[in-house]
Amino acid sequence: MDINWANVFDWMVLLKCFVTGGIICIIGQVLIDKTKLTPAKILVIFVTTGAILGGLGIYQYLVDFAGAGATVPLTGFGYNLAKGAIEGIEQYGLIGAFTGGVKAAAGGIAAAVFFGYLASLISKPKMKKQ
Amino acid sequence: MEKLGSQTIKFNTPPTILDCASIVGPKEAQGPLAKYFDQTLEDEFWGEKTWEKAESKIVKETVNMVISKSGIASTDIDCVFAGDLLNQCISSSFGLRELNIPFFGVFGACSTFVESMSLGAICVESFASHVLCATSSHFCSAEKQFRFPLELGNQRPPTSQWTVTGSGAAILSKSGEGPYITHITPGKIVDMGIKDVNNMGAAMAPAFADTLISHFQDTGRNPSYYDAIISGDLGYIGKDIVIDIAKSKGYNIKSNYNDCGVMIFDKNEQDTHSGGSGCACCGTVFSGYFFKQLKEKKLKKILLIATGALMNSTSSQQGESIPGIAHAISIEI
Repeated sequence: MDINWANVFDWMVLLKCFVTGGIICIIGQVLIDKTKLTPAKILVIFVTTGAILGGLGIYQYLVDFAGAGATVPLTGFGYNLAKGAIEGIEQYGLIGAFTGGVKAAAGGIAAAVFFGYLASLISKPKMKKQ
Repeated sequence: MEKLGSQTIKFNTPPTILDCASIVGPKEAQGPLAKYFDQTLEDEFWGEKTWEKAESKIVKETVNMVISKSGIASTDIDCVFAGDLLNQCISSSFGLRELNIPFFGVFGACSTFVESMSLGAICVESFASHVLCATSSHFCSAEKQFRFPLELGNQRPPTSQWTVTGSGAAILSKSGEGPYITHITPGKIVDMGIKDVNNMGAAMAPAFADTLISHFQDTGRNPSYYDAIISGDLGYIGKDIVIDIAKSKGYNIKSNYNDCGVMIFDKNEQDTHSGGSGCACCGTVFSGYFFKQLKEKKLKKILLIATGALMNSTSSQQGESIPGIAHAISIEI
């Protein structure tokens, strides 16, 4: 069977995803190179920004536009927390504001713990190359 | 021993640096000074389970090496001064716990090597016949303690310096044919308000300049008296800053000044960003390179000024600035 690879992927979606995700990463790179912010602070800034933009409904436009290009970077985690909290309120009232965020992010958190643990079993940290 | 000016000590019977030894890690082994070190390691663990254990092993083996090179029995060594960067100086105390020689733990951050030699020289001038001075640092254990765990895999900013993996050790003796420690100028703590833990060179540069100028004022010497003026680990950024500060105070050090952190790695081949740092930076470059240059009389008078950043991880997290220090020793043959 011949597969027409050109039609397997929606190249436009891939491009939007790549460019959006790339731009978010470039912002992080510029912050590392041009400011005194530590990686930990940049991480917090990204998650918080994602949560604020998510709460205001602005980040949703970016997610609709770029898909994983907007949800995979750290800002996407913040967006997910905010979205989950809003959904929690709608479903469970005030208590949902506290439970909804982490519920929505549960998959990501559990996967990070699980795969982090797996990686620690089979690998050993080494000196950086640079 | 007599005091000159505000803060310099002159030795009347200058102690001899009898011998030195150095062991360095894999990255230093690829650097331009590789051939001068006594031993180079192929991996950062050196057969140990943790980086901290590896660092202790490096200190232990370097100390054993300098004792055997010097031909002095360890029972003839009156005391040891040693220190490192890890909390409570565990690399030195764990590495040397079986040495069975009276031990003084020293903390002067990256200035530890010269601080130990200064204290050692004072002991030799007063009561001791032989004193051993040692220091160490390890890239991985230092990153873990002062910055981020290596497992995080974060990027290092362009101003950051690369902690040297290795250890340097020296034996000072009452009698010998030199090189002699003729003067020491212990430094004052200087804090100009720099808060960036990834820009240590800039934080320590004012302390270096303060000690350098005090040394010249106290001794009446000027930069051209020395064949080489060497700073411990200011790196590329700090080196440029001190040349400018010294110039503004009327001392031109550009022609005979260099920095161990600049010398130990190749700027183009090894991407360390702003050069080397750590206790072992000054310790290994002096023990490996400069001591041999002095012995071969290629250099006859050097001023070694090791610089230290006296912060810890808690003080950085609480937003404190970084106090710097610099200790100088004048070594002549």
